[in-house]
Amino acid sequence: MNEATAAAPRSKRRTNSAYPSWFYLPAAIIYAALFLFPTLASLFFSLTRWTLFDATFIGFDNFVQFFREPFLVKGLVNTLIYAVMTSGLKVVLGFLLAVLLTSQIMARGYLRSVLFFPVLVSTVGVGITFTVMMHPTTGVINETLGLFGIKGPGWLTDPNLALFSVALVDVWKGVGLATVIYIAGIVSIPQEYYEASRIDGANAWDNFWNITLPLAKPATVTVIILSLIGGLRSFDLIWAMTKGGPGFTSDVIASVIYKQYQAGFYGLSTAGNVVLFIMVAIIIIPLSGFLNRQGDGA
Amino acid sequence: MRSRSTFTLLGGFAAGLMLSASFVGTAMAQDVTLSFLVDNTDASTVTVAQALADAFTAKNPGVAIEVETRPGGGEGDNIVKTRLATGEMADVFLYNAGSLFQAINPQQNLMPLTAEPFEANVIDTFQKTVTAGGDVYGVPFATAMGGGVMYNKKIYADLGLTVPKTWDEFMANNEKIKAAGKVAVIQSFADTWTSQLFVLGDFYNVLASEPDFPEKYTGNQAKYATDAAAIKGFERQEAVFKAGYLNEDFAAAKFDDAIRMLATGEGAHYPMLTFAAGSVVTNYPENQADVGFFALPGDDAAHNGLTAWMPSSLYIPKTTEHADQAKAFLAFVASTEGCDVQTAAVGATGPYMIKDCTLPADVPAVVADLLPYFQRDGGTAPALEFLSPIKGPALEQITVEVGSGIRSAADGAALYDEDVKKQAQQLGLAGW
Repeated sequence: MNEATAAAPRSKRRTNSAYPSWFYLPAAIIYAALFLFPTLASLFFSLTRWTLFDATFIGFDNFVQFFREPFLVKGLVNTLIYAVMTSGLKVVLGFLLAVLLTSQIMARGYLRSVLFFPVLVSTVGVGITFTVMMHPTTGVINETLGLFGIKGPGWLTDPNLALFSVALVDVWKGVGLATVIYIAGIVSIPQEYYEASRIDGANAWDNFWNITLPLAKPATVTVIILSLIGGLRSFDLIWAMTKGGPGFTSDVIASVIYKQYQAGFYGLSTAGNVVLFIMVAIIIIPLSGFLNRQGDGA
Repeated sequence: MRSRSTFTLLGGFAAGLMLSASFVGTAMAQDVTLSFLVDNTDASTVTVAQALADAFTAKNPGVAIEVETRPGGGEGDNIVKTRLATGEMADVFLYNAGSLFQAINPQQNLMPLTAEPFEANVIDTFQKTVTAGGDVYGVPFATAMGGGVMYNKKIYADLGLTVPKTWDEFMANNEKIKAAGKVAVIQSFADTWTSQLFVLGDFYNVLASEPDFPEKYTGNQAKYATDAAAIKGFERQEAVFKAGYLNEDFAAAKFDDAIRMLATGEGAHYPMLTFAAGSVVTNYPENQADVGFFALPGDDAAHNGLTAWMPSSLYIPKTTEHADQAKAFLAFVASTEGCDVQTAAVGATGPYMIKDCTLPADVPAVVADLLPYFQRDGGTAPALEFLSPIKGPALEQITVEVGSGIRSAADGAALYDEDVKKQAQQLGLAGW
């Protein structure tokens, strides 16, 4: 905060800023109180055995304990599977849907809004609805399959399937946003390219592969990064649908952390959050740099 | 101009504060409204809480009681701990006795009730489970329970079965029930907490063969994975799954589904705490007489007894502003009058932990099966969570895994030992 107020007059002199220094104060106070302080506090509490009532300093024991958690490895693997799977499907489906929805089809505006609608619905509501629909014996999905003589699986109760079922629902809910980003990317491609390629005798596949796909790259970068971050820290849908179950089979890092918090291991779960923060940073920062470099090069 | 408008704003704000303060002031002078937080795991809990609140207000017109509900299980633990830590706890709240009580830091958060005259009405066995550092902090709400097997008496009569006294007899019954085309054992893993009974309810049998298990367990000397008696609960849960005795939708069924299956005779056995009798009586009154209860059998028919659960307890947080009224309410609950109000609200659900409380002659079938254990010498033993402060929070997920064949019994027991270790460290116990 001090730094912010001290830096302001200098920058005012240098850039002849339109704002006096006090103008920055409210934002600086909010930033310090709501972001800076909690971040530092959580770093501190992650080094303690904390009961909410008092905290005992125990060094890095929480981190040692966190990495010894028997469900942690499973949670880590699940988190990665979940993030890569949802992100990949959103890229592929979002792109194809965007191509469809930028073409000259009937009721385009209506179809676009229908696709976007799930994004607006509350995640927990979606989770509860799909939990009912995916019930192994009385759910509408398996009852429909039953009409065709297929015995549907326990979507959320089969330990090998639960995580994938949740990931599919996540894709259903999130693909609308990916599509909208892609639509914006695709419509910003100048029509001249397509006209030129038509003169050169290119077919639709050539257009798609050589013009739309490469020129929509900034959109792809945005979609990958947004959905990967979303997938890595995903919690609400998983918690609403399986609570990490059956047993620990669909646990992700965030649900492991939440369960530790519920159990009253406050220091341990704070340490878990620090680990999650570092993990997301380690994956996203280089990836973002890489993708953006690629994007600039194209 | 700007400064004047700021001043007006501040002045208005201050006036608003004073106004609201004066409203609160007048409200306190005349009437007191106590907030009363209970869990909604079972419908009868809220019914009993409301009945007690109404009866108390009828006797004390100046004190209104507002019943608030919270979820049960891990989510509920979280709410209770957070509200205590932030000083936002209700004036009176309901929470478990035993190990969960120890985990909410009673000496720091709760008002000691040792010196209150109404504590003299509370049975000693219960007082021990709400005592920390020499002080008593709670009074019992509702009745003691048994953890064992609720069973459908009609199926037993139709198939000519008798109540099993050993585990082998129980499994033999299961085989016959399965052969007759019925569900032998109902499980409801969508409500994960319901999965723990094979392990927790077996504790009478553990204690029968190893009377010093609780001390050793608390002292980091006895482990579930390596203790021959303690691991049996996990092994038996695994055996029931492997034999294919479970209902088809065991992984997706909820507590309410299980009660329906049991009451209507779709299934024969449901390992559960006897408080579930309240749900049977409320939701399936016409089937109430069909549902009975027996303790989880062990190896030896000569040592057959019940693992007993103490009732939950009412506590007063130190942060309450209405300590006197809250204590008066607790005194009412801890009286024979309080017991009668509870019985009138939901019927008899088990023995009260208040001295001189009596039960009516016609009790539900589950309770009729439960009471003899309490009346027999050595017929009951408290569950481990009342003898040791440590209960691992992940047990319900582990028993779901063992009970649905995802993890072996030996693995599950070892994993639970790890979980217990974390809890012991969090509680700061010696020797961990």
